[in-house]
Amino acid sequence: MAIAVRNLVKQYGREKAVNDISFDVRTGEILGFLGPNGAGKTTTMKIVTCYMPQSSGTVEVDGLDTRTSSHEVRRKIGYLPELNPLYLDMNVLEYLEYCARLHGLRSDRLRQRQREMIDVCGLGDVRHKDIGELSKGYRQRVGLAQAMIHDPEVLILDEPTSGLDPNQIVEIRNLIRRLGSAKTVILSTHILSEVQATCDRVIIIHEGSIVANGTPDELQKSFQGSETLSVEIKAPVANVMTDLFPKIQSLQNVETVDFRGSEGSAHRFLLHTAKGSDIREELFRKSVSEGWILLELSRKATSLEEVFHKLTRSETVQPS
Amino acid sequence: MMINTLQKLRLRFQNVGPIYVKELRSYFNSAVAYVVIIVFLAFLGWFYASNIFLINIASLREMFETARWVLLFIIPAITMRLLAEEKKSGTIELLTTKPVHDDEIVIGKFLAAWSLVAFALLPTLVYYVTVSSFGDIDNGPVIGGYLGLLLMAGVYVSIGLFASSITENQIVAFILGIFLIVGFFVLDKILLFVPSGLVSLFEYLGTDYHFLNMARGVIDSRDVVYFLSILGTMLWLTMVTLGRRKW
Repeated sequence: MAIAVRNLVKQYGREKAVNDISFDVRTGEILGFLGPNGAGKTTTMKIVTCYMPQSSGTVEVDGLDTRTSSHEVRRKIGYLPELNPLYLDMNVLEYLEYCARLHGLRSDRLRQRQREMIDVCGLGDVRHKDIGELSKGYRQRVGLAQAMIHDPEVLILDEPTSGLDPNQIVEIRNLIRRLGSAKTVILSTHILSEVQATCDRVIIIHEGSIVANGTPDELQKSFQGSETLSVEIKAPVANVMTDLFPKIQSLQNVETVDFRGSEGSAHRFLLHTAKGSDIREELFRKSVSEGWILLELSRKATSLEEVFHKLTRSETVQPS
Repeated sequence: MMINTLQKLRLRFQNVGPIYVKELRSYFNSAVAYVVIIVFLAFLGWFYASNIFLINIASLREMFETARWVLLFIIPAITMRLLAEEKKSGTIELLTTKPVHDDEIVIGKFLAAWSLVAFALLPTLVYYVTVSSFGDIDNGPVIGGYLGLLLMAGVYVSIGLFASSITENQIVAFILGIFLIVGFFVLDKILLFVPSGLVSLFEYLGTDYHFLNMARGVIDSRDVVYFLSILGTMLWLTMVTLGRRKW
């Protein structure tokens, strides 16, 4: 159940919320949509779920066009909208039944799916409660249960963990991981760790355009310019800047050295090295030959967070 | 052939049922249904009683005449939340991304609100039974009156639903609903102020004119056609506004 988006544009007045984006989601893949608020994630999802039509471009779900075969597409999709709207005056069972009926489920099949969703989403204790009485975490589970009640092949989740506390986030994430294993999933988020925790692939959108597309690892690698080493050396030298600094600087592949201060005879440095090089061995040998004691030597990889900041710098990003 | 077509229709409109049940249930889960039924019974009962004991005539005419005033403000109160609330809370997005046609949504909600009015009318049959035990009652005006009331209520519900579709604020939907419904109600009462060429048109468009026709006990197809065509037009307009999210 693949999704193909081609040259998608959505215009509100003169502003382009989505500006000519194209991407594919392969069957069984969990795709993370990453971007600052207002980048066009939600708009794209609303178009894919047939809530509103695009200004131009096409979206195909399993080969079906969202404009011409909207009804069939909606059948295949389970959708959790942003902010998870729910009917607060219905209880959990009633609500799930309603959603199941709208998907054409009846009698035995309906009861069976209803039970399964209650089980899978851990709603057993609250199934007779009005949704209005539930905590945010439970409501989010109800939202997920609703999205999956008809066992859709495609799941589209708009910020499924927003507003939850850290424990609930982990729970919902695990739930998505578990349920998403057999489905094609698009989930949007502005939380970076979420993407690393749940997604097979990431698309970063900024101001309506795709600025990066790849697996979390790929993105991290391609944006690693120089590598950074954090080093702490214990050496009884009189003057760090003249006795120690030049010796480190003279090592091969070291581009720049930042002196980060001393504590007694322990001195901290931050070494930026050439891309693809590894000077840890050499640094060790140098220390031995100079009689320094290496207190710390650690490599700092570029995090996805840094990638994100680099790509979307003009916007303020909410911290995770 | 016939059965085939029916089968197709049933499938095409299979979501009307769930939406209808959900809306009706939500009326009865909240206070709305009970308030509507009690207000209806209280108002009509008072006028019914006064009719029996003061005027000493065995007829439901007074009751029907009161009912048409009660409908004016009670129906917008029933319909105001139907679509406005879904828009406000965002559940409209949930609903319209399910494999549901817009007309199924509109028809399901319309039928639910209309049924509630019918439920509120149902207990008034008690009045009919008591009146008919007091004296000889002419059944024509009773049947015509109930039918006219139901049809007029249908028109008002469709107008109220339309008002609810163009805003996400329930108060606005309520006020706009009353405004439009009263507008239709008074059309045949302001004929004095209307240019002579338009008099018959205004009279024809007024709901009350047709209701009073039917309440006299004459069930004329023209009145029924009038009610159904206004009702259909309003439902169609509601569907258009609901579909407008798709510019």
